[in-house]
Amino acid sequence: MTTYIIRRLIGAVIMLLIVSMVTFAIFFLVPRLAGATPESLASRYAGRTATAETQKLIADRLGFNDPLVVQYGRFVKGLVAGSEFDTGASIEQCPAPCFGYSYITQQPVWPDLVDRSRVTLSLAVGAAAIWVFAGVAAGVVSALRRGSFFDRAAMGIALAGVSLPVFFTGMISLVFFSYSLGLTAPGGTYVDFTVNPAQWAYSLILPWITLAFLFAAGYARLTRAGMLETMNEDYVRTARAKGLPERTVVVKHGLRGALTPIVTIFGLDFGLLLGGAVLTESTFSLNGLGKYAIDAITNNDLPKVMGVTLLAAVFVVVANLIVDLLYAVVDPRVRLS
Amino acid sequence: MALTAIGTVIALGLTACGGGGGTPAGTGGGTAAAGAKDAFNASLTSVWNPSTKKGGTVKMANPGTWDSLDPGDTYYGYSFNFIRLYGRALLMFKSAPGKDGNTLVPDLAESLGQASDDNKTWTYKLRTGVKYEDGTPVTSKDVAYAVSRAFDKEVLPHGPSYLNELLNWPKDYKGAFKEPDRDISSAIETPDDQTIVFHLKQPFGSFDYIVQMPMTMPVPKDKDTGTKYQEHVMSTGPYMFDTNEIGKSFSLKRNPNWDPATDPNRPALPDRYEVALNVNADDIDNRLISGDLQVEVSGVGMGQAALTRVLNDPALKERTDNPQLQRLWYVSIPPEVKPFDNIECRKAVQFAVDRTSVQRAWGGPLAGGDIATGMIPPSMDGYKQIALYDTPEGKGDVTKAKAALQACGQPNGFETNISYRAERPKEKAYAEALQQSLAKVGIKLTLKPFPQGDYFSLYAGKPAYVQENNIGLAVNGWGSDYPETYGFMQAIVDSRTIRDAGNYNLSVKIPEVDQLIDQIKGEADAAKRTELWSQVDQRVMEEAVTMPGVYARSLLMRGKGLTNVFVSDSQQMYDYVGLGVQ
Repeated sequence: MTTYIIRRLIGAVIMLLIVSMVTFAIFFLVPRLAGATPESLASRYAGRTATAETQKLIADRLGFNDPLVVQYGRFVKGLVAGSEFDTGASIEQCPAPCFGYSYITQQPVWPDLVDRSRVTLSLAVGAAAIWVFAGVAAGVVSALRRGSFFDRAAMGIALAGVSLPVFFTGMISLVFFSYSLGLTAPGGTYVDFTVNPAQWAYSLILPWITLAFLFAAGYARLTRAGMLETMNEDYVRTARAKGLPERTVVVKHGLRGALTPIVTIFGLDFGLLLGGAVLTESTFSLNGLGKYAIDAITNNDLPKVMGVTLLAAVFVVVANLIVDLLYAVVDPRVRLS
Repeated sequence: MALTAIGTVIALGLTACGGGGGTPAGTGGGTAAAGAKDAFNASLTSVWNPSTKKGGTVKMANPGTWDSLDPGDTYYGYSFNFIRLYGRALLMFKSAPGKDGNTLVPDLAESLGQASDDNKTWTYKLRTGVKYEDGTPVTSKDVAYAVSRAFDKEVLPHGPSYLNELLNWPKDYKGAFKEPDRDISSAIETPDDQTIVFHLKQPFGSFDYIVQMPMTMPVPKDKDTGTKYQEHVMSTGPYMFDTNEIGKSFSLKRNPNWDPATDPNRPALPDRYEVALNVNADDIDNRLISGDLQVEVSGVGMGQAALTRVLNDPALKERTDNPQLQRLWYVSIPPEVKPFDNIECRKAVQFAVDRTSVQRAWGGPLAGGDIATGMIPPSMDGYKQIALYDTPEGKGDVTKAKAALQACGQPNGFETNISYRAERPKEKAYAEALQQSLAKVGIKLTLKPFPQGDYFSLYAGKPAYVQENNIGLAVNGWGSDYPETYGFMQAIVDSRTIRDAGNYNLSVKIPEVDQLIDQIKGEADAAKRTELWSQVDQRVMEEAVTMPGVYARSLLMRGKGLTNVFVSDSQQMYDYVGLGVQ
């Protein structure tokens, strides 16, 4: 088991290195291939009155004139050992892990990422709890009552959930529940858990439900399909024949068998979500990683975009690692040797 | 006019005149607004819901974020409006509704600038008793330092560069960060703590308009943290920062060291301002409508989703104002791109365009704006209707356009490209409207969208690219830095501003226009400057190197619970200095 974990961790580090190289190439190599010069890259940080001379100074200071390998090496060194950035007026420290320094907001990226992660984590955990519970429960009941009114209604709603984009359901629910009925908090009013847990939940309940509505649909359909398959397996018939209570048959035998693909997909979904629920965060004006990424892209703030991309990759890789380990718990057939 | 005058008096709180009229600004007490009747455009020329009641919190939200909160590093119009809450420049625009808001009044200075006979030396005397939030007195040296630090565009890149270009800086000066001990007396002198003297390279009659900008707000050298200064700006205005999370939110509270006796311009009614940043624009509109939010601080106006709802609901429409902005949407026609090197081909385009379809593309008369006939917007000096390319009902004149094409040697039309910013749906709609209009006379336009971040630096603003890629038309837009025509026109019609890349003037290269601009710069008589600007506008249109689209308008909503709401012509949005809370 330990060897397996170490092997997977090394694999994860290599994967992250590759992701960082690809990301770096996309942001710094591709524009050069498309004809961008160090000065034109610097013009993004130079304001609208910048002269050619100012752009050149900024390009020099940001190291855009150095070979790409040197620039990448500097970036990786910053990640592990921290870095220093010359703002022109002073030298700013960027302690490890230095995910870059934004010359637009004049802030290191890492503290921003940590700060924004709290919002995204709050959103993801709450929504995941709702969608896993609601999706799996609806899927189980639908499978057990196949063809019933509940089954048809639940699957119909699930289809709507998958089909409707978050920005649509989010805006509609905001207008209805927040602005018309005043039941839920309006957008942009997030309160941190450490400040007031009740307000935290109140400010997030609508985004949780909206996001969960999207995901629960898929989980309900997946659970239903899995349950229909496992409930027809011989071992389930055997369990029933042994005289086990129906609840035990369904939960310990049927659901457990159907859970493996759900755990897999949950790992991916949750990992991706931690990297930023872009649409949900934008719709509800939650200053999480997704909104951070969108704002950074809008402002051409490359260090921030790179930071979010790398952190999102970390989340996905780690989530997958956890899922792989959970397989052993869910499915004893999996051997981690 | 009378309404404007009354509104001004109320806004400034100079005299009490009943009906909610004010006590002197900055004094305690005051009267609460009894509640004002909503009406469309109620705050364009007068104060809506006047009150002198103090207290409360103004809640604001911004769909984006500030370029910087540092007075030496900001260039957004709404930032110039808002910054007056925590900073005091030498001069400011009067906090008053309508045209009266275009008037310059002394702020940190005791009076407007005293110019030398040749308009090359400008002297300002500072008021006594003005202090920073920590109680330190403000001196003229702090203003000189603020200007010299803002000179360094490598460190503080966002702010205007007018003072970099106008003042007689020492040779190869690099700014206060890199050369803190350099003698800059050739540009700025501070003979005593209350006097500052600016020395210009050449005469400039409108210098007062330049020093009302935030870069003359004093910065104490010992508190300057360079690029980090925006995290804690030392306030000289009635409010100071309470919280400040860059990119997320900030709030202002009262500055205990602001003395209203030194400040006749700011009533400072609310106790607090709270500003959320990077908030979804549609969400802001919905919150304005519901009353959860009071001001959309960027002042760009309501988005398309809310517009439809508001314009179809009379009660909501009554809560809105529709100011005309000092902003022009237009198309540049670079004369070096064939066949536009022939003026007749440029004229063919002018005659062929259905200007009503252009207006629709921008959102119609309310949300888009008024059909433009020249480059100078109506609220600016020098504006006049130019009838050179008038067509029946503005819908285009195919006959005249074809005659011009014949004269150009392209009787069957030609093919060219039109560029616009890909992220801007209205620019795309504008380009499509032109595409349809010009197709009627055989001019085939191909749409060329480019990313807005690189639009001027790599594409439309780069003459070499424009020529190589046959960009015959380029969608363009320009807003005024200050309500004086020089601030609006110089950057877009003076050919000497054109560089290798990063240009905003994409097509106007008329020597006669350059000469007229030089003449204007040295002209102290405002009436003569106005006449000269009209001549500039006429010449630009005669050359047909630009095709005006619309003089922009926005639709603003008055937040519930606000008092003293008015649109000032200088800000082209609600004036944030005057606001109060019920």
